[in-house]
Amino acid sequence: MAHSLLEIRGLKTYFFTERGVVKAVDGVDLSIHEGETLGLVGESGCGKSMTALSIMRLVPEPIGKIVEGTIQFEGTDLVKLSEAEMRKIRGNQISMVFQEPMTSLNPVFKIGTQVAEAIELHQQVTSKEAWERAIEMLRMVGIPSPETRVNEYPHQMSGGMRQRVMIAMALSCHPKLMIADEPTTALDVTIQAQILDLIHRLKERVGSSILLITHNLGVVAEVAQYVGVMYAGHIVEYADVIHLFKDPKHPYTLGLFQSIPKKRGSGRREPLKAIPGLVPDLLGLPEGCKFQDRCSQSLPKCKDEPPPWIDIEPGHQVRCWLYE
Amino acid sequence: MERVEVFSGLKKNRRALFGLILIGLLVFVALIGPWISPYNPLTPDPIHRLKGPSWSHPFGTDSLGRDILSRVIYGSRISILIGLIAVSISLIPGTILGLLAGFYGRRVDEPIMRGMDIMLAFPAILLAIFITAILGPSLLNTMIAVGIVYIPHYARIVRSTVLSLKEQLFVQAVKALGGKNLRIIALHIFPNTIPPIIVYATLGMGTAVLQAAALGFLGLGAQPPTPEWGAMLSEGRQYIQNAPHVAAFPGLAIFTLVLGFNLFGDGFRDVLDPSLK
Repeated sequence: MAHSLLEIRGLKTYFFTERGVVKAVDGVDLSIHEGETLGLVGESGCGKSMTALSIMRLVPEPIGKIVEGTIQFEGTDLVKLSEAEMRKIRGNQISMVFQEPMTSLNPVFKIGTQVAEAIELHQQVTSKEAWERAIEMLRMVGIPSPETRVNEYPHQMSGGMRQRVMIAMALSCHPKLMIADEPTTALDVTIQAQILDLIHRLKERVGSSILLITHNLGVVAEVAQYVGVMYAGHIVEYADVIHLFKDPKHPYTLGLFQSIPKKRGSGRREPLKAIPGLVPDLLGLPEGCKFQDRCSQSLPKCKDEPPPWIDIEPGHQVRCWLYE
Repeated sequence: MERVEVFSGLKKNRRALFGLILIGLLVFVALIGPWISPYNPLTPDPIHRLKGPSWSHPFGTDSLGRDILSRVIYGSRISILIGLIAVSISLIPGTILGLLAGFYGRRVDEPIMRGMDIMLAFPAILLAIFITAILGPSLLNTMIAVGIVYIPHYARIVRSTVLSLKEQLFVQAVKALGGKNLRIIALHIFPNTIPPIIVYATLGMGTAVLQAAALGFLGLGAQPPTPEWGAMLSEGRQYIQNAPHVAAFPGLAIFTLVLGFNLFGDGFRDVLDPSLK
């Protein structure tokens, strides 16, 4: 097995609001190896994005705080680093692509300036070299005639193009890990496929690992090797993509698969199955298993004790009492 | 927004264009003042006191027989300068305070903005009188006083702009690239606050001219014999029954300049605001 690049253990990120403590991330364990793509799936509000922001140490303070756990990145615990040390890692070794390409570029600067800034922040280069490199990066992410487009402003580009620019910025310092937080959600379907393909190709070329956050299982199937399914602040099932799609175990994962519309040749139409209930209110989570209220197979035990990690087979783990 | 768009937008906006013409006219007069003014604005001529408008004195003469047209022309230099300097005095600290308060929030925001609230609690003219009383009456102190009084206005506008800007994803994106806070403020947030600041500063020029004139009228601004419009207005007040022109012409000049700035500022806001298109 390849060397582990990122290793998160027992990460807890809480928000201290006026209504009480919101446990946005509540005991996440995950690891990403070099050159690997891990997909993190789950409903809106299950803590996927907050996990990503915790890794970047960009949790909105002082309301949010990492209260427990370790984030080992190449042997250093990111949680313990100072802000100045963390800045050297951000963008340089770990970079991030956000969900909304329309607003993640500064409207008043040329895109070339912004890509060059990403390079200049971490590398000792003259501004002319940075500009040349920016053009090179734009060419690499498949922007046609980068020499002229480098002078354009964000509003002159389409969403897909802007997301390419964001990817160029994220990869400009050849980071070891790229976090992509729903990179294709705001794009239309044909562009989604192009962007996913681009991320996949560049990963091979730059040699970065990727943490791909999405709520779209199709996206995961396309690019990820491993998948973590997240529910109410922690990961409930972890497996490689083939096992997870062939043999999902956790009732929540099963529910997710059932709620994908299916294409049927026979013309027989069934109503789409949905997981009953709502995304749980993170302020008042039940004792024991957090999925118990929405689970069709819950056992008496689920009310008392949170389920531990249970190995189904090597590399496929699930947090559910059903498989004890 | 592209520069070209701003210019073509201004051309189409008649209000802004008219304001710009008024301002331009007065700036032009101020620039060429010494060459076009028919008399020395400070030389008294006791024989021709309080003469109404005539061919030799188009705006008439004041109580000391000085030519009012020449004084109004020289006064334009002073008033425009007051506008520029007073606005700069309030603009620069106001912007910096607003940027810091908006970006850092809470611990920085509270002391700054409560201080600003205290300043806003005083009526503007009272605070200006208070400051000139401490510093002593002079033209420079008038500009400083008017400048200080308007700091909170700029701080508030900038702060509210920053509050919405810092939630924008691009700020988060620069952070995720490893940018320092100060870099984010100076390079990424500040340029986005410029349009509202420009608009407010243009409108503020008119207000500053008025405030300075008010202080001059109260005898706290420019001291005689400086041909400041407010002070001239104040002098003319005593003769308003017999020689209304003494007060009328400086008053008209103030009106024209302030109207110019207000029309231009208003129109400029419409041009810069894409939602109004």
